Amino acid sequence: MSVADAASPLLEIRGLEKHFSLSGDFLEQLQFQGGRLVRRQEYVHAINGVDLEIQRGEALCVVGESGCGKSTVARTVMGLLRPSAGEIRYQGQRIDDLSTQALLPYRRRMQMIFQNPYASLNPRMTIQQTLEEPIRLHHPDWNRQAVEEKVQEVMTSVGIASDWGTRYGHEFSGGQRQRIAIARALAVDPEFIVADEPISALDVSIQAQVLNLLMEARHERQLTYLFITHDLAVVEHFGTRVAVMYLGRVCEIADTATLFSRPRHPYTQALMSAIPRLEDDRPQHIRLEGEVPTPVHLPAGCVFHGRCAHADERCRREIPSLIATDDGSRVACHAVEEGRLD
Amino acid sequence: MNSMSPSLSRWSRFRDSYLLYSFKRDLIAQLSLVIFILLLAAAVLAPWLAPTNPYDLAQIDLLASELPPFWIEGSDDAYLLGTDAQGRDLLSTILYGARVSLIIGFGAVALQATLGVCFGLLAGYLGGRIDAFLMRLADIQLSFSTLMVAIVVGALVKAIFGGDTFGAYAVPLLVLIIGLAEWPQYARTVRASVLAEKSKEYVDAARVMGLPSRRIMFRHILPNTLSPIFVISTVQVANAIISEAALSFLGLGMPETQPSLGSLIKSGFDYLQSGSWWITLIPGAALVVLVLVINLLGDWLRDVLNPRLYKG
Repeated sequence: MSVADAASPLLEIRGLEKHFSLSGDFLEQLQFQGGRLVRRQEYVHAINGVDLEIQRGEALCVVGESGCGKSTVARTVMGLLRPSAGEIRYQGQRIDDLSTQALLPYRRRMQMIFQNPYASLNPRMTIQQTLEEPIRLHHPDWNRQAVEEKVQEVMTSVGIASDWGTRYGHEFSGGQRQRIAIARALAVDPEFIVADEPISALDVSIQAQVLNLLMEARHERQLTYLFITHDLAVVEHFGTRVAVMYLGRVCEIADTATLFSRPRHPYTQALMSAIPRLEDDRPQHIRLEGEVPTPVHLPAGCVFHGRCAHADERCRREIPSLIATDDGSRVACHAVEEGRLD
Repeated sequence: MNSMSPSLSRWSRFRDSYLLYSFKRDLIAQLSLVIFILLLAAAVLAPWLAPTNPYDLAQIDLLASELPPFWIEGSDDAYLLGTDAQGRDLLSTILYGARVSLIIGFGAVALQATLGVCFGLLAGYLGGRIDAFLMRLADIQLSFSTLMVAIVVGALVKAIFGGDTFGAYAVPLLVLIIGLAEWPQYARTVRASVLAEKSKEYVDAARVMGLPSRRIMFRHILPNTLSPIFVISTVQVANAIISEAALSFLGLGMPETQPSLGSLIKSGFDYLQSGSWWITLIPGAALVVLVLVINLLGDWLRDVLNPRLYKG
C-alpha cells in the first residue's frame, strides 16, 4: 500500500449495490403460475458490491464498457440515486442516507458535470441565471454585487466571454455549453467533482480543449475528480488512478502507469489489447468470446468467468474480492491470487 | 439558429420568432384572431356598446317582444337583431351574454389549469405513491362526464338553496363546477411532459446543486412544459364555454334574468316552432363562431408548438 492510502480518503464507497426494478408496480408483479397467484420481481443489478476510495487531490478514472454500471456509481455518489445497499462516506461522514436538506452542505463541496451538454442546461434560462442560481442558493447572504463578481470570475476561469451571460444555452456549440456546465459546477467552489463522461458527446477537436480545462481547474483549485469514461486514451492522459469495472463490479484498481504497463486482470488485459497503437511490437489482440451476460441474471461466482480463458471451478463458484498485489494494484481475480496467471 | 448575434430584447426576439412567422403565413389563424378579439372587445365593452341594458327591468318593453331582426318585414329600427320573448333587445343581450360566457370560460380554465398543473407536477416529479394516488383520482374524475357532475351538483345546490340563491351565485358556481370537473386534462398532460423533462440532465444538475423540489418543479420543469399547457388551454376555454351553454340550456346554468349565450338559446327554443327563430339561432350562431375561432386558434398553436413539426 502506498503512503496516500494510509491517510483517510476524501470519499469512501463500501459494498455499494444498486438494483433497478423491472417489474413495475405491485399489481404488475402479480402473476399466475401453476394455478397460484405469485408475486414476481425482477431486477437489473447495475452495481453489485463496489468498493472504492478516492484520495484528496487525485483523479480516479472509472472505465468499463456500456452498461457496466460506471454512470450508476457516479449518480449514486452524487445522491441522484439511493443505493440499494452499502454506504458512501465523505470525509468519514455517511452521506447516502441524508435528506435533501441535510445534504446541502455537501452539495457545495461536491459537484457534477454531465455527459450531454445539450441537455444539461435549462433551455429557458440565460447563462447568467444558470450560473447565479447555485451561488445564490449556497450563499444566501451575498449581495448582488458579490454574486455577479463570482459569476464573472468563473466565466473567466473557464474561458467564456462575460457578455455571453444574457444569452440562452441553445445559442452555443457543444464545447461552449460544456464550458458553461463546468462553470456552473465550479461556481460554488467545490473540492470534489464527479464527471460523468464529460467529453464523450463532444467533437474530437473540442474534447482536448475541455479535458485541458478540467486539468487546469484541477491544479488551480486543488480539485479531486471521479472521472467516468470509456475512453482509455483519456484515462492515460487525465487519471492518476484507474478502476476498471465489469458488470457492476470493480475488477482492478491501479495507478494509471501501473495499469497501462502491466494490466493484471484478464478483462483489463483484453481491454488494453484493444487500444489501437502505432507500434507493432504489442502482443496480439485478445479476443473475448461471447457477450456480456445480462445484469438481470448475474452469473454465479466471478462475473467474468463465462468469457475468461483462465476460469476454473473456483471462479464459477466463488466471487473474487479485490486483493493487493506486489506492484500496488488491487485485482479481483482468483487466477492472479493463486499465481496461475502472471 | 444564429449563435453569434448580439443579445436580443424580448420584443425583437418575438419579432424574429417562428410563432410570428407562422402566424403571418396562416390566413385562418389571422382571421380567427381578429374575430376573437372583436368578440372579446364587444363582450368586455358591452355596457358601453349595447344600446340597452338587458339587466335593467325598466328598459324592457313587453309590447316590443318577439320583434324580428332588421332585414325582415315588421322590424323596429331600435332593435337591430330583433327582441326576445320578454322584449329585451337581442343584440344587447347577446353582448352581455357573451361576456358571461367568456367570464365562465376563462374562469373555469384558470381554475382547471391551477389545479391540474399543480397535481400534474407533483405526480410527475415525485412519482411513486403520490403519482398513483393523484392519477387514480384523475381516472375517477374522468369516468364521470363533466356534464353529469355539473348536473348533479347544480341540481343539488338549486334544490337546497333555492333558485334565487342559485341565480345570485351562478357565475362562481359554474366556474367551480366546470373547473373542478376538468382538471385531469391538465394534470395528465403536465404529468406526461414532466416525465419527459425529468429525465433530462438539467433537472439532475438542479438536484445536484441542492435546489429544493418545489423550486425545481416550478422554476425549472414548469417553464419547459408550457407549450402543451397553452395548447390545451385554448381548447379547454372553448370546452368550458360549450359546457356552460349546455348546462344553461338544461336550466342548470345562468338564470333568465342574467342570460349567457346558452340560456338565451334555451329561452328562444320555446318560440322556435312559432316562427321566432332568431331568438335561438342568432345567439346560437354567436356561440358557434366564438367556439370555432377559439378552436381554430388552438389548432394553429398546436401545429406551431408541436416539437415534431418544429424544433426550437
